[in-house]
Amino acid sequence: MKTCLVVDDSSIVRKIARRILEEMDFQITEAEDGEQALEACKDAMPDAVLLDWNMPVMDGYEFLGNLRRLPGGDVPKVVFCTTENGMDHISRALHAGANEYIMKPFDKDIVAAKFQEVGLVALPEQSSI
Amino acid sequence: MNPPDYEYLRKLLKDHSGLDLSADKQYLIESRLLPLSRKCGVSGIGELVQKMRGGSSLIIAQVVEAMTTNETFFFRDRVPFEHFRDTIMPEMLKARAGRKSIRIWCAAGSTGQEPYSLAMSLKEMGAALAGWRVEIIATDLSTEVLEKSKSGIYSQFEVQRGLPIQLLVKYFKQNGELWQINPELRAMVQHRQLNLLHDFSQLGVFDILFCRNVLIYFDQDTKISIFGRLAKAMEGDGFLVLGAAETVVGLTDVFKPFPDRRGLYRPSGARAASPQAATSMPKIAAMAGR
Repeated sequence: MKTCLVVDDSSIVRKIARRILEEMDFQITEAEDGEQALEACKDAMPDAVLLDWNMPVMDGYEFLGNLRRLPGGDVPKVVFCTTENGMDHISRALHAGANEYIMKPFDKDIVAAKFQEVGLVALPEQSSI
Repeated sequence: MNPPDYEYLRKLLKDHSGLDLSADKQYLIESRLLPLSRKCGVSGIGELVQKMRGGSSLIIAQVVEAMTTNETFFFRDRVPFEHFRDTIMPEMLKARAGRKSIRIWCAAGSTGQEPYSLAMSLKEMGAALAGWRVEIIATDLSTEVLEKSKSGIYSQFEVQRGLPIQLLVKYFKQNGELWQINPELRAMVQHRQLNLLHDFSQLGVFDILFCRNVLIYFDQDTKISIFGRLAKAMEGDGFLVLGAAETVVGLTDVFKPFPDRRGLYRPSGARAASPQAATSMPKIAAMAGR
């Protein structure tokens, strides 16, 4: 089973993301800020990170920079999931090593599409009509 | 919805657009026509049908449009676009090296996600296409969706379905909550209103034809007739791309499946059989009915 670290300071967002990702067969761990997330990655590198931008203590952007410098930190697919919906933020995130970017609000279809995009889940056999 | 209303809508849609709804598509009618009812200021589908029976051609046109508009997103199903990049275009670059021009038809262009996905794929091929002229013609039954396609403007929700973030950054411009595809890509796509039931020979001859998730709505005889006319609108060494749930097998022999590429077909060179001839062959009809 693939693992996904959900990083968001909102417990409601974490809960929604957990429900969506568990349905997609991911095993979930949670973190409330970048620092907690970094500790979690040092313990066990996840396959995926769903990452908020604005958080107390350490924000998502800083976390991403730190993650990519860790041994094995280039492995996890990092998908931002944030209300920072401007082109400038998206460009910065990609430059810092993010693999995909979800603009909030999000739903199950968007999460599934973005996780397919980075190869974390298989494509459905065929689409519905 | 009461059964007489359902039957009325089925027959009307069949006559006006060729759309062939099976008996279990109430949900589809409700999901498409309830929003339209609100838009028209009537209480529900019953009242909408009443106005249609009363002869309101405006409402009839809107109902046909609402029912025949497909859900669509960028790089939908992905596989056809991999075929386009890895199989179709390499073959076409060889086969058309003399004239250096390629014509592509999106026969159910809808709100533009498919033709613009092809346009982006072409841009991503970069130097391989330098000096080539590639035309993309997007047609659709609905003028409303064609207008949206022309504008190239999509909601935040729409640009997050199937479109890799790198391509969003590269080919779109942000305007508040909306995203517009670059003028250069918009200029690559021409738009025409077209009903596939009518003659389309004036569009000319194409090398590549995307005709996905539109023929599913037609009955067998109509499908056979459309396949016959599509084959005539294609170069002999062209490519036809159908939707994941569609096939020509058992319906017509004017196209043949391309080996090991699901959804990809080429003209076979066979002449189109008339619908009557096809239905008089019980074996073929039985296969197609599966």
